[in-house]
Amino acid sequence: MTSRAAGTERRGAGHALRITVDRDRCIGSGQCVMTAPGVFTQDDEALVALLPGQEDGAGDSRVREVPLACPVQAIVITED
Amino acid sequence: MTETDFRRTGSEAPAFPQDRTCPYQPPKAYTEWRGESPLTRVTLFDGRPAWLITGHAEGRALLADPRLSSDWGHPVFPVVVQRTEDRGGLAFPLIGVDDPLHARQRRMLIPSFGVKRMNAIRPSLQSLVDRLLDDMLAKGPVVDLVSAFALPVPSMAICELLGVPYGDHDFFEECSRDFVGAATSGEADAAFAKLYQYLHGLVAKKQAEPGDGLLDELIARQLEEGGLDHNEVVMIALVLLVAGHETTVNAIALGALTLMQHPEQIQVLLDDPAAVPGVVEELLRFTSVSDYMVRMAKEDIQVGGTTVKAGDAVLVSITLMNRDAQAYDDPDVFDARRNARHHVGFGHGIHQCLGQNLARAELEIALGTLFTRIPGLRLAVPLDEVSLKAGHDAQGPIELPVTW
Repeated sequence: MTSRAAGTERRGAGHALRITVDRDRCIGSGQCVMTAPGVFTQDDEALVALLPGQEDGAGDSRVREVPLACPVQAIVITED
Repeated sequence: MTETDFRRTGSEAPAFPQDRTCPYQPPKAYTEWRGESPLTRVTLFDGRPAWLITGHAEGRALLADPRLSSDWGHPVFPVVVQRTEDRGGLAFPLIGVDDPLHARQRRMLIPSFGVKRMNAIRPSLQSLVDRLLDDMLAKGPVVDLVSAFALPVPSMAICELLGVPYGDHDFFEECSRDFVGAATSGEADAAFAKLYQYLHGLVAKKQAEPGDGLLDELIARQLEEGGLDHNEVVMIALVLLVAGHETTVNAIALGALTLMQHPEQIQVLLDDPAAVPGVVEELLRFTSVSDYMVRMAKEDIQVGGTTVKAGDAVLVSITLMNRDAQAYDDPDVFDARRNARHHVGFGHGIHQCLGQNLARAELEIALGTLFTRIPGLRLAVPLDEVSLKAGHDAQGPIELPVTW
């Protein structure tokens, strides 16, 4: 469960993830931060934000669980 | 369907909700409703038939579905317990309204319950927990864990966060308890009126002499700028104060009880402090303090091949969703090492608990510290002598005599 493992898996699969977050839907539950703290944070308004440079979700192996963990479908992950 | 309609037709489906006999296991009847179908038919106290959603996936989809309403003010919104009739037409912010009003109210409060803010109050929660345990240990066994520990932790925490003087706690704890647990609607109305009056006065006082709690922020940012009126601020204060009192107390007490009844799993907490958050998530899944959520269908909705019709009462069984074998292996087993992800102990969808990160911080610190300091904590009476709250209430023990 390290970011290195996720990176390896990502390279092995030959494609990267792209994460989009919808601050208008966000209710600040923090499920994303709890599930993948290497990728997600909350801003000053306690709404979803990506950590700098984490748009590809490489920083946390559990990042794929986040869309389902979010109570309001504010996070979408697509694979390029 | 109107009230008279369903009284006339009657419903032969089993009564809902029912009382637990074991504090942390669903009532026997509930377990019989777990089957092929993700929903079943039940009857509410007033004879109204309702759908009870029992499937984890279906329940999550419905809780996130805008076709289900939480508008308590709707003339035929389902009533599970005759709690209060005379609120002077006041709406319940957050919990009893739909979007967009709900979103507007919630947005104002989200920053006060954010992950970073809740992590920042952990040191003060830790010293509060340490102090309460010092007192408890000095008093010596036998102690009622509810009044000595499980209640004062969330009560003091929510008071500090809101900026409500804890010195008044006997008064509003009693009002809060009577409001949600009263035997008659008259008693509940009286408790509501007392609490409303108290908070009305407090908001007025804070307008004159501002403090530094969440209520003071709401007054400064919203009331003064016209985003909220006086009644809304008072009602938000009331909802948060009651929610802060009637939920986490049960989660701490029921969590401690579950651990005491599974002593081999206490070791998981003691061996590794990093395991505590996972144990808390499993306790939230396993105990399901909030047994059900109440909704009403605004449109026809297909659920697992069945049509839930517009106007139908929909009860979402948090207890049975958290025990769905399709979502969790051996769902009736408490396993402190389990990954209890996607449990619905805090609900799901736009109404998912606003205070969940406060509750997590409280539970992790309270339960982690309780068993670290008193690893031999155990029940002082047989399990079947533990008095329990009624099925329609937040689930938990009324008293919990413990020894060590």
